[in-house]
Amino acid sequence: MKIESGQIEEAAKELYIRALKLLPPDIKQGFAALAGHESDATAKSVLGTMITNIKVAEDTDNLLCQDTGIPIYNVWIGRGVEVDGVELKDAIRRGCERATREYPLRSSVVHPVTRANEHTSCGRGVPVINIDFTRERDTLAIEMIPKGSGSENNSFLRMAIPAEGVDAIKTFVVDCVLEAGGKTCPPTIVGVGVGGTADLCLHLAKVAATRPLGSACDDPEGAKLEAQLTQAVNKLGVGPQGLGGDSTSFAVYVETAATHITMNPVAVNMQCHSARRARATFRPAGLEYGF
Amino acid sequence: MAHHEFETPVTEAQVRALKVNDTVTLNGTLYGIRDATQIHMFDRGRKTRFDLSGHAVIHTAPNVKKVPKSAAHPTGYAPVCIGTTTSDRMERFTRPLMQQNGVRIIIGKGGLREGSLAAFGELGGAYLAIIGGTAALETTWIEAIEDVDLDDLNPESLWKFRIRGFGPLLVAMDSHGESLYTRIRRTAQERRADALASLGVK
Repeated sequence: MKIESGQIEEAAKELYIRALKLLPPDIKQGFAALAGHESDATAKSVLGTMITNIKVAEDTDNLLCQDTGIPIYNVWIGRGVEVDGVELKDAIRRGCERATREYPLRSSVVHPVTRANEHTSCGRGVPVINIDFTRERDTLAIEMIPKGSGSENNSFLRMAIPAEGVDAIKTFVVDCVLEAGGKTCPPTIVGVGVGGTADLCLHLAKVAATRPLGSACDDPEGAKLEAQLTQAVNKLGVGPQGLGGDSTSFAVYVETAATHITMNPVAVNMQCHSARRARATFRPAGLEYGF
Repeated sequence: MAHHEFETPVTEAQVRALKVNDTVTLNGTLYGIRDATQIHMFDRGRKTRFDLSGHAVIHTAPNVKKVPKSAAHPTGYAPVCIGTTTSDRMERFTRPLMQQNGVRIIIGKGGLREGSLAAFGELGGAYLAIIGGTAALETTWIEAIEDVDLDDLNPESLWKFRIRGFGPLLVAMDSHGESLYTRIRRTAQERRADALASLGVK
């Protein structure tokens, strides 16, 4: 299967705009579930406003949140797909720039030292493009995540040691949620990376934070932690927007990787309630947009 | 838990009447301000030509579209999507914003800290919580972008919005030393031990 770079560019543009407008169905269901169980009056009203906003965005064809985020594109290339990798990355970047200029979107991306904004949502190393492979033969999938800064600013890494055990991981997650309070735009998806190297650990936390609601870690030990930590962080009473209540997080998700005998790393990356993502899948039958 | 309808600018007495858990709806003018705007104003000596006395500011950087200048779009900018950012990063600017520019109301999400709470008490101000991430809804409360200053910082310019029925917003920090964020943080801290015990942490 061969895909023209023009098609990739168009999809990269379309994905950014779609992601900013349409909340995935699993997140909408997550809102309904939280609202159904919330016992605090303020929190109920806050969740109600968030649910109204999803509808207003759809009805007025507007962006859900003004934060256009840092654009992230995750690509999975099938075994039967012929692709020029360099051109693929260039096409994604062009699509991202075009979405920003043509829609137009607020470019939220600046040089880290000069703070200069190119007004393209792009810059050195941005958009973030992660390339991976899939066993599916004739498939090329691109997932777009506009990662909001309120939640991204609450990212944490701790290089715990083996003697601190799994208790260090659990305590760290609870303390991160406490420390973040309302700054992350809760209810959040708390992504936790366990194991690996420092950078892999943080990457796993991001993968976890951007997983669909209802999914589970494919490492049974990770899945066990997810269930326990989801209950625990929702005992804190931080609530939606940090204004109190039961609904602090939709879920705590965990991704694991093997680590060194001397290491016990844990990382936390959070996703805000506007847990936006969009997906384009190229198959021989054509291109399909989804979540 | 009273509801207040305010036409901006407001007086010190109006702001001092606000208590946490009250709600407020604003009409009139609202100024949009952000990290870079305040870094330039308070660290680099830039001045604005706007008179912010008695006014409300919101922590924002909007999505806007360039359009031909007209009566509806006097700046040549039309609103696309206007929302609210996390306030905590701008904590140290609350006092100068009130002292030097006379701002009375700050609208944001996630709350401010003790320094801002003290400034609200001493100078007469309040923090109104808007629901972060609900920008599509918030945009429907904005009638027009009336003016813009310090626009070289775009999108972190100083924006002047005309607003109608902007709210209801929750009074989350008042001039009487009360902050919902401090209360919630205290509760969360008290519940931390329970949460850890439920995880079997020794």
